Amino acid sequence: MHPSFRTIVGAGLLGLALTGAAHADSNLSVAPNAKHQQECSSCHVAYPPGLLPAASWQRIMGNLAKHYGTDASLDDATTREITAWLKDHAGTGRRVSEEPPQDRISKSNWFVRKHDEVSASTFKRASIGSAANCSACHANAAKGDFNEHAVRIPK
Amino acid sequence: MTKLKFFTLAASLALSVFCANAQAQTTPAAQAAGYVAASGQPAQAARGQEFFTTKHGKDWSCSTCHTAKPTVDGKHATTGKVISPLAPAANAQRFTDAAKTEKWFRRNCNDVVGRECTPAEKADVLTWLISLKP
Repeated sequence: MHPSFRTIVGAGLLGLALTGAAHADSNLSVAPNAKHQQECSSCHVAYPPGLLPAASWQRIMGNLAKHYGTDASLDDATTREITAWLKDHAGTGRRVSEEPPQDRISKSNWFVRKHDEVSASTFKRASIGSAANCSACHANAAKGDFNEHAVRIPK
Repeated sequence: MTKLKFFTLAASLALSVFCANAQAQTTPAAQAAGYVAASGQPAQAARGQEFFTTKHGKDWSCSTCHTAKPTVDGKHATTGKVISPLAPAANAQRFTDAAKTEKWFRRNCNDVVGRECTPAEKADVLTWLISLKP
């Protein structure tokens, strides 16, 4: 099925009842935590906590010395603070409560579904790099804003 | 405890508090001097450059992300995030926070060399970085 046709049909079927829900779905903003911002964004977008369930955050934060191929270890106090904050604000909705393979946001079923119109070669563009680089297309990703209308895919 | 011992203890406590504060805001030269003292030998910038730009049995060298002359922006090898220049002459923020310096040496030496770096290696690399001009 053509993607735009599917979108129209989908919108028609869901109707107005879900409009509010769909909007809330793309907004994962929470009051920021300074340590989370400072430490996580040294290397990548400080992924909003709502993108993974608490169990995934717990595993990630418990294994920072082997963090997707690099040593991202922190002192104990900082690790504890960020872990607690991530778990407090972790995803709890029906979709996000599923623990994705390797605790990778980009391997979540909801993520794959929402990006099925973006080809693998698009993700590999020099301006994007990989699906982990949220802010390449979602300019306000670090603030938890993933509104579809604001998406700009770079060339 | 004698009065003298108590005074010595109080003085050393005050000194350690002072040093802890001093550590929060330090300079590249002061940190290099600290590594030189810990290594017990003079630093060599040329040896630091060699260490920085060659691989040590793993996939990356320091220069993979920081470039071979880090007076310019680098790029994280996996995430693609821009890394601001490492040389103090090009980035006044660098090596002014001892805890941050140690954190990144620990992590990055582990990624590049597979172990923590020795004080001599840190002294050499930092001395070379300080010598770089944009």
